[in-house]
Amino acid sequence: MTMEKTVNIMVVDDEEIVRESLTSWLEEDGYHVECAEGGKKALERLPERNWDLMLVDLKMPGMDGIQLMDEVHKTSPDMLVIIMTAFATVDTAVKAMKKGAYDYFVKPFNPDDISLTIRKIVDHRKLVQENQFLRKELKKQYKLRDMISKNEKMLEIFDLARTVARSNSTVLIQGESGTGKELLARAIHDESPRTNAPFISVSCASLTESLLESELFGHEKGAFTGAAALKRGKLELAQDGTLFLDEIGDISLKLQMDLLRVLEQREFRRVGGSDLIAIGSRILAATNRDLKKAIAEGRFRPDLYYRLNVISIHIPPLRERREDIPLLVEHFIEKFNIEMGKEIRGVSEGAMRIMVDNEWPGNARELRNVVERAMVVAKGNLITEADVSLSSSGPGANPGAKSLEEIEKEHIRLVLNENHWNIVRSAHTLGIDRVTLYNKIKKYGLKREGVAPKE
Amino acid sequence: MSVPPASFEAGRNQHSSTKILKELLGEVPKDALKLLGITGMDLCIPILTYVFGEAQLGGTAAVVSTARLRQEFYGGAPDRPLFLERVRKESLHELGHTFGLIHCRSGECVMHLSNTVVDVDAKGRNFCTYCRTVAASNAGGGSGK
Repeated sequence: MTMEKTVNIMVVDDEEIVRESLTSWLEEDGYHVECAEGGKKALERLPERNWDLMLVDLKMPGMDGIQLMDEVHKTSPDMLVIIMTAFATVDTAVKAMKKGAYDYFVKPFNPDDISLTIRKIVDHRKLVQENQFLRKELKKQYKLRDMISKNEKMLEIFDLARTVARSNSTVLIQGESGTGKELLARAIHDESPRTNAPFISVSCASLTESLLESELFGHEKGAFTGAAALKRGKLELAQDGTLFLDEIGDISLKLQMDLLRVLEQREFRRVGGSDLIAIGSRILAATNRDLKKAIAEGRFRPDLYYRLNVISIHIPPLRERREDIPLLVEHFIEKFNIEMGKEIRGVSEGAMRIMVDNEWPGNARELRNVVERAMVVAKGNLITEADVSLSSSGPGANPGAKSLEEIEKEHIRLVLNENHWNIVRSAHTLGIDRVTLYNKIKKYGLKREGVAPKE
Repeated sequence: MSVPPASFEAGRNQHSSTKILKELLGEVPKDALKLLGITGMDLCIPILTYVFGEAQLGGTAAVVSTARLRQEFYGGAPDRPLFLERVRKESLHELGHTFGLIHCRSGECVMHLSNTVVDVDAKGRNFCTYCRTVAASNAGGGSGK
């Protein structure tokens, strides 16, 4: 005799003698059996345990066995239900099986039949559970901290990230908006010996040149008008940790020069200061721009590029690794289930198809937003097609516009107006981050139109 | 004692083992550890077409039917040694349940589940070491010799 997980069986029948005799007979087989005298009671007892099987009488006052099975399957779609009935008609048997009953027994049934059926179910459940366990084990290898993928290129990136984490080399992470550049930077930091020191992130695109300068280097008291007190910059705050320079492609040529000097000499001065401060931190940088093109156009210093690009990692966009979409959806559902206190079990086939087929210009971040929204509006435990709302406006929305850029500009204007120019909300709707939205507003010269309605 | 008339299920021409068990429980002598009833009647429970016996798991009483243990039931010639062997096995089996034993995976053990006489004949005639130990410890005994 081997020790096994207890099998939990719920018997639902309105006749006490049936409940009693079936319970004692099943208990002799070592199962844990509990009873309910009707559908309502059965549904109440459902959350009490992790039931493996329900034996449900077809004819009961109030809710009948098939109605009960339907209700159970709404919250526990995998529950195995065996329908029992004293009145055998082909119609009800077919109906029960079509509705998803695992089996159908006519009372009284042969003891051998039920023994075999339950043994089969138990063995099947064991295989399913083993399979789920192995899948989870397998998935662990697909993970790098908060990143998850089974795409070959991404797995190579994970390997590379783990390797470079141990070095002090500068890493340049490139990839479209929303592909997870900051996540990768954080992962490199977390995997590195610097993991207990700070991880400091600076978004270079959101600040003007002078602000960014004081943000990076800090300033002495009185260095300029408004510099009322000494301020330590991010370079200093990062101490022996990691400094992550996001949107590095957006900084001015002057700052590029300053930064290059700092990287080469590994020391700097605060704005208005004279003391040299040594840099102990490791530098990671990221951009969604084509830096080679920027160099060709004279907007980016080649020497800084080579300085940053010691190790180069390019994260592929989501549409080039569609096999990751189901994995990411599952990952986001798990994450939001915890955050929202929900119990979403998964995604309907149709909804998954829509998501796998989508182009995802906003990449994994956009997917995350779509899943989050779907989880908020989902009525049951399953995300269905109706819950998935993709932000693409579709063809015909702008019949006059011709180029992709024009459509993007129009769409951004539309979303901004809809959100009364609330940047955070608009960026969320668009599935891009704030910085990217600011850039696009700048790029297209978008302005708040007329008198905005009051919030 | 005779089989209680109330246990008769007219529609099935069988006796309810559950009802017999209840009657048996009222008849347990004060100094008895366990009470085993043996009947020639065919037994059933409401959801099963027949049972060889029924017991209170970890309780006092058990009942065994000899009806389906005879070769004659299946149209064969009487075989008394085989019949007695089957009665012995099923009696031990039901008594085992009263000592808290559940069905055993070992085909060598008398606690192995047997829904047919083929199963009964195939399994062993004694408790396996594991079941003997569990039964002994449930009975509050020692090493289960």
